Amino acid sequence: MSSAQKRDLDLYDNSPYIDRPRIIWPNGAKIAFWVAPNIEFYELNPPNNPYRKPWPHPYPAIPGYSIRDYGNRVGHNRQMALLDKYGIRGSISLSAALCDHHPEIIELCKERDWEFFSHGIYNTRYTYGLTESDEREMIEDAMHTIEKAVGKRPAGYLAPALSHSDHTIDLFAEAGGIYTCDLFHDDQPTPVHTRSGKRFVSIPYSLELNDTIAYVVQKMEPRRYGQTIMRAFDQLYREGEDSGTVMCIPTHNYQVSCPHRLKAFEEALEYITGHSDVWVTTGREIADYYLEHYYDESMAAITEARA
Amino acid sequence: MSELLNYPKRTYGMDHDRYDWSMMQDRTPLTWPGNKPLALWINVSLQHFPLSGEKPQVAPPGALTMPYPDLRHYTLRDYGNRVGAYRLLKVLGALDAKASLAVSGALTERHPKLLEYLTKTDYEWLGHSWDMLCMQAGDVDPNTERNWIQKTKEALEQHTGKPVKGWLSPGRIQTQNTPELLAAAGFEFHCDWVNDELPYTFKTQNGDMTCLPSSLELDDVFLLTQNLHSEDSYVEQVLDAANLLIEEGKQQGGRVLALNLHPWLIGQPHRIGAIKRMLTTLLVDYQTDIWNASPSEIIVASSA
Repeated sequence: MSSAQKRDLDLYDNSPYIDRPRIIWPNGAKIAFWVAPNIEFYELNPPNNPYRKPWPHPYPAIPGYSIRDYGNRVGHNRQMALLDKYGIRGSISLSAALCDHHPEIIELCKERDWEFFSHGIYNTRYTYGLTESDEREMIEDAMHTIEKAVGKRPAGYLAPALSHSDHTIDLFAEAGGIYTCDLFHDDQPTPVHTRSGKRFVSIPYSLELNDTIAYVVQKMEPRRYGQTIMRAFDQLYREGEDSGTVMCIPTHNYQVSCPHRLKAFEEALEYITGHSDVWVTTGREIADYYLEHYYDESMAAITEARA
Repeated sequence: MSELLNYPKRTYGMDHDRYDWSMMQDRTPLTWPGNKPLALWINVSLQHFPLSGEKPQVAPPGALTMPYPDLRHYTLRDYGNRVGAYRLLKVLGALDAKASLAVSGALTERHPKLLEYLTKTDYEWLGHSWDMLCMQAGDVDPNTERNWIQKTKEALEQHTGKPVKGWLSPGRIQTQNTPELLAAAGFEFHCDWVNDELPYTFKTQNGDMTCLPSSLELDDVFLLTQNLHSEDSYVEQVLDAANLLIEEGKQQGGRVLALNLHPWLIGQPHRIGAIKRMLTTLLVDYQTDIWNASPSEIIVASSA
């Protein structure tokens, strides 16, 4: 795309945190809490994308590939057992090709009534370089593959490896999705504009609390990651008295599930689920609830503020 | 259709032929000697970082970084072979620990006295390439790589008088030829793919090998120099891992905890105390639950 065509996407309205309709979550909960395990497949030998190199090492990029494979072979089950222990159903950000490669993992999550949302086909395939019709085909392929494997069409989308085009969210709404995890502008759900005018929302999915960002970018010590999660919770729980907030912990089975890190994560989960006014839920349930109870009110407030 | 949407390997299992897809919990539970839930594998990497030479396509962890002569890093790495190794060996010896030694072949020429000293231990030796510029990564010519592997094996075997069966590639990276070259040279196992916590069968065109996965995530260089974690946090992370694996091992079958130590790093006087504390906890306080073993012993016990 030439720079002349690049534009501000105008995805959502200006709506300050201080002046919004009050959200109250089910049973008077102050905070909607969800855990989003990314269950991904990275290819050993993906085609080279002209805009982004899949691996930092030359082929075969064993360091990156093998630890991600560890996540599926070893880490997944460990994280799943922990979420079971604290009564948390995961909302999986799923590389759709994992349905083909590792159906055993899909079955384990299905048995637990976890949510499956789309994270593209592979995490080594980016949106970059795709034409609009290619991207539509990729999004539909992922939706169809997941629907066929789990019996339910995904409601949410986190674009593969957070790679976007200027019509990603439009295309996903047109494919039947109702929420995006790709926008990090807020701690509450937000109505999102799409060209089809469908009712569509952003559900907070925190990059700041994402374990890969914490461990690989911030290089945190595990106990500090646990403390970071608990501090975020304390703040959002307090603010949730005024209007319901959303807190998401995005995880990866090759990061948080490593044996030297799981304890710190467990301490945080134990702390959060030990509070009374927490709605432990999934991304889809938050989107559904917001669309049903607060979307219209929020849009009306936005329209009024604009006038 | 765009090549970017072509998925030739999108089928059941892995997208390559090196090993079979298998979730750890689906395997026959392992029993370690003495019914201990956790096998502890301590590897000590003894490395030679040359002062000059062509830079490899992938830099090794701990690589020299400054213009020639990079005396700063060269001497800090050599410190490990002159001082740090003896300091660590003393700690290991006092605890009667078992360890493996991943050794640069070039140390047979550079530090023969250290290697002589090491032959007095019963530690298992692993090939660790010729030196830290001999990185088996990217498009290294197969003949060159074959030469590194053979030269290293011969040099180490000559020193130890015993067969060297295992290989740890510097930086745990391989070329696409490494497994075939290792198998052809007579190696029975490598430790480079960190995709599991238990040994598993690794296929090559020259016959099957075993992969006994090393750990990157608990590697001292990774945690202390790349993540900049404190020594105390390092110890805490290792003990958290041991506690979790011991519990899991009791319920689900034997587990392995792989530690990788570099004398040039943890042999420094301000770090060795933390390592001593960590190893004492693992080998003394946790002795009822931990079986400290060499890589070959772990592989044999896991296939029994």
